[in-house]
Amino acid sequence: MSDDVAVEARGVSKIFGASTDQEVRALDHVSVSIAQNEFFTLLGPSGCGKTTLLRLIAGFEHPTDGAILLEGKDISALPPFQRPVNTVFQNYALFPHMTVAQNIGFGLEMQGQSKDEVANTVGAMLVLVKMENLKNRRIDQISGGQQQRVALARALAPRPKVLLLDEPLSALDLKLRKEMQVELKRLQHETGITFIFVTHDQEEALTMSDRVAVMNEGRILQVGAPHEIYNRPHDRFVADFIGDTNFMPAEVIEHDESEVRIRLPSGIEITVPAPPGLPQGSEVTLAIRPEQARIVTDSDAISIQGSLTDEIYIGTDTQYRVDIGMTSPFVVRVQNANGERARIPLGSRVGIAVDPRTIQILQD
Amino acid sequence: MSAEQDSSTESFESLEAHAYQLEVRQNLLLSTPALIVLFCAASGTLLIMLVFSFLTPGDYGGIKWQFSTEAWFQVAFYRDIFDETVSIADAHLSIFWRSVKLSFLTTLVAFVLGFPTAYFIATRSPETRNLWLFLVTIPFWTNLLIRTFAILEIIRNQGLVNTVLIALGVIDQPLDMLYTDIAILLGMTYVYIPLMILPIYASMERFDFQLVEAAYDLYATRWRVLVRVILPLVKPGVIAGSILVFVPSLGAYVTPRVLGGGKHLMIGNLIELQFGQGRNWPLGAALSLTLLVIVMVALIFYVRSAQKEGGAHGH
Ligand SMILES: Nc1ncnc2c1ncn2[C@@H]1O[C@H](COP(=O)(O)OP(=O)(O)OP(=O)(O)O)[C@@H](O)[C@H]1O
Ligand SMILES: [Mg+2]
Repeated sequence: MSDDVAVEARGVSKIFGASTDQEVRALDHVSVSIAQNEFFTLLGPSGCGKTTLLRLIAGFEHPTDGAILLEGKDISALPPFQRPVNTVFQNYALFPHMTVAQNIGFGLEMQGQSKDEVANTVGAMLVLVKMENLKNRRIDQISGGQQQRVALARALAPRPKVLLLDEPLSALDLKLRKEMQVELKRLQHETGITFIFVTHDQEEALTMSDRVAVMNEGRILQVGAPHEIYNRPHDRFVADFIGDTNFMPAEVIEHDESEVRIRLPSGIEITVPAPPGLPQGSEVTLAIRPEQARIVTDSDAISIQGSLTDEIYIGTDTQYRVDIGMTSPFVVRVQNANGERARIPLGSRVGIAVDPRTIQILQD
Repeated sequence: MSAEQDSSTESFESLEAHAYQLEVRQNLLLSTPALIVLFCAASGTLLIMLVFSFLTPGDYGGIKWQFSTEAWFQVAFYRDIFDETVSIADAHLSIFWRSVKLSFLTTLVAFVLGFPTAYFIATRSPETRNLWLFLVTIPFWTNLLIRTFAILEIIRNQGLVNTVLIALGVIDQPLDMLYTDIAILLGMTYVYIPLMILPIYASMERFDFQLVEAAYDLYATRWRVLVRVILPLVKPGVIAGSILVFVPSLGAYVTPRVLGGGKHLMIGNLIELQFGQGRNWPLGAALSLTLLVIVMVALIFYVRSAQKEGGAHGH
């Protein structure tokens, strides 16, 4: 099993400005293993330590505590130029005094490859990123999207074991960004190199990754496949950060092997599948995705009731906001079938129907 | 395949060049007064020197209005007063050679010491950078002569260095440092090094240090990062700094006079001698113009070769 691990962080902490009054704990006992050939994404809000973790793997920083392992070997003490790991920087950091081809060939040249070898690999990389006819341009003579490709080619050319990408798409406009997302997936597929990708865009993380690690305040909160992270968030932060979520307090009434009976604030009781270990009487939070709830007008055997306050049309979907007597409204999202949508007068009393199997129980 | 794109960038560049020329022309108009002053001050005096170098020396200094090429002859040759035999003027040549050599060494030492200093300052936090820059410019507050005498005090036989070394038992005889080429080199480096540090720092301030990480990430050792990434990109600063140090070093007068004693003259001293005790103004003028030519030739060579080095892909 450990043969398949590309990178592992073992109990890694990083403290900046230690022994000064502005001590920052950028990483707090982070442990994670990233498999060979995986598209792994670090996702989290600004300042949560994503860049710091990448920089530790690249070797630009050294851990205050813990170790970084590459294919099972501790590389914590190696300088960046001895690590078979390359980085795509957020602002590309291309060498302005070199041409496109010279940039791509730089790493190969530094590895001591012969002129012919360098030229061959550079040629192949130019084809891979579709930049053949711009190879002799200077860096300031190509567009941002093209610079992005050159940065990718430069980092991929030496065939690193792991490619680190720190928000590589954040400087691009939306359309180019979507194109590059597809392109990145293709490159990862064709090269078979492990990608560690940093973003604070949850949609980007969910669409591109094999696995996602959600980070906050220097810790990894949850690691899993995108659908796991989305459908089974472990805690309130993850549920809140990934997609929209309705939160609702509830109390556990009784619990057996796989199900739990809980009482909502309105007094209604429902049965929800749940992991074991929820003591009777404990307070929990329910997380319900907007698209997993429905608005119903005809039944009164409905668990949650409220009055409709807003109806917002957002292209493919319509979003309803229902006041259920809590601080924030309950949001329901319904797909518009063929552009039609059922009109419900604002202010009318509606019920919210939820499939209990889609309700996630969070303990805080 | 790329022909079309290349030609389109070319026409774009020529358009840009046109706009640039227009702008330059307009600026030229605005700077006319300054140019007139510069022209009179620089070219006027140069012209006077040129004329003087082709005249005959006056008996008590000054010149006689009598055409002669004797001064130019004397720059390189020596005519014996008694038998009129002509020999090479080794004194002049060796002084020229020493001046070029010392100025070159001064520039080199100033670079070797100044580059790391500039790098150090450029990598400090923005608040502390100004403090360091301020420290670098402090010597400019004091008169050159006073600073030169301060160095003399430090390196003379009973000076600071020798006293300390003897007290520590490192040596028992004082080291003869004063009145040597080394003393001149030391003094000139000290005087001119800020002129090396400041332009290099100015280049480095604009340098994106993330490029260092990028190169370091791409298997470049520290040395290669320096040679392949940092140096090419701060080259304009290095060129400017070298010129700013080399040119005044070549004409330096006070430092070699004080620290070199009478023995180690440089061109500046030789020229001064002709206008003073030597009472040979035409020779002084001819020597000055020779110095000018040396400087110009050296600069042209230097800038040419510096451009060629990174020229293929430089800015
Ligand atoms: N060199 C440094 N010195 C001091 N503090 C630092 C340093 N680098 C990062 N930090 C701090 O460490 C924390 C994590 O920073 P990091 O750059 O890893 O965040 P990030 O997740 O990449 O954020 P962003 O999404 O904004 O890029 C932040 O609080 C930051 O201020
Ligand atoms: Mg970051």
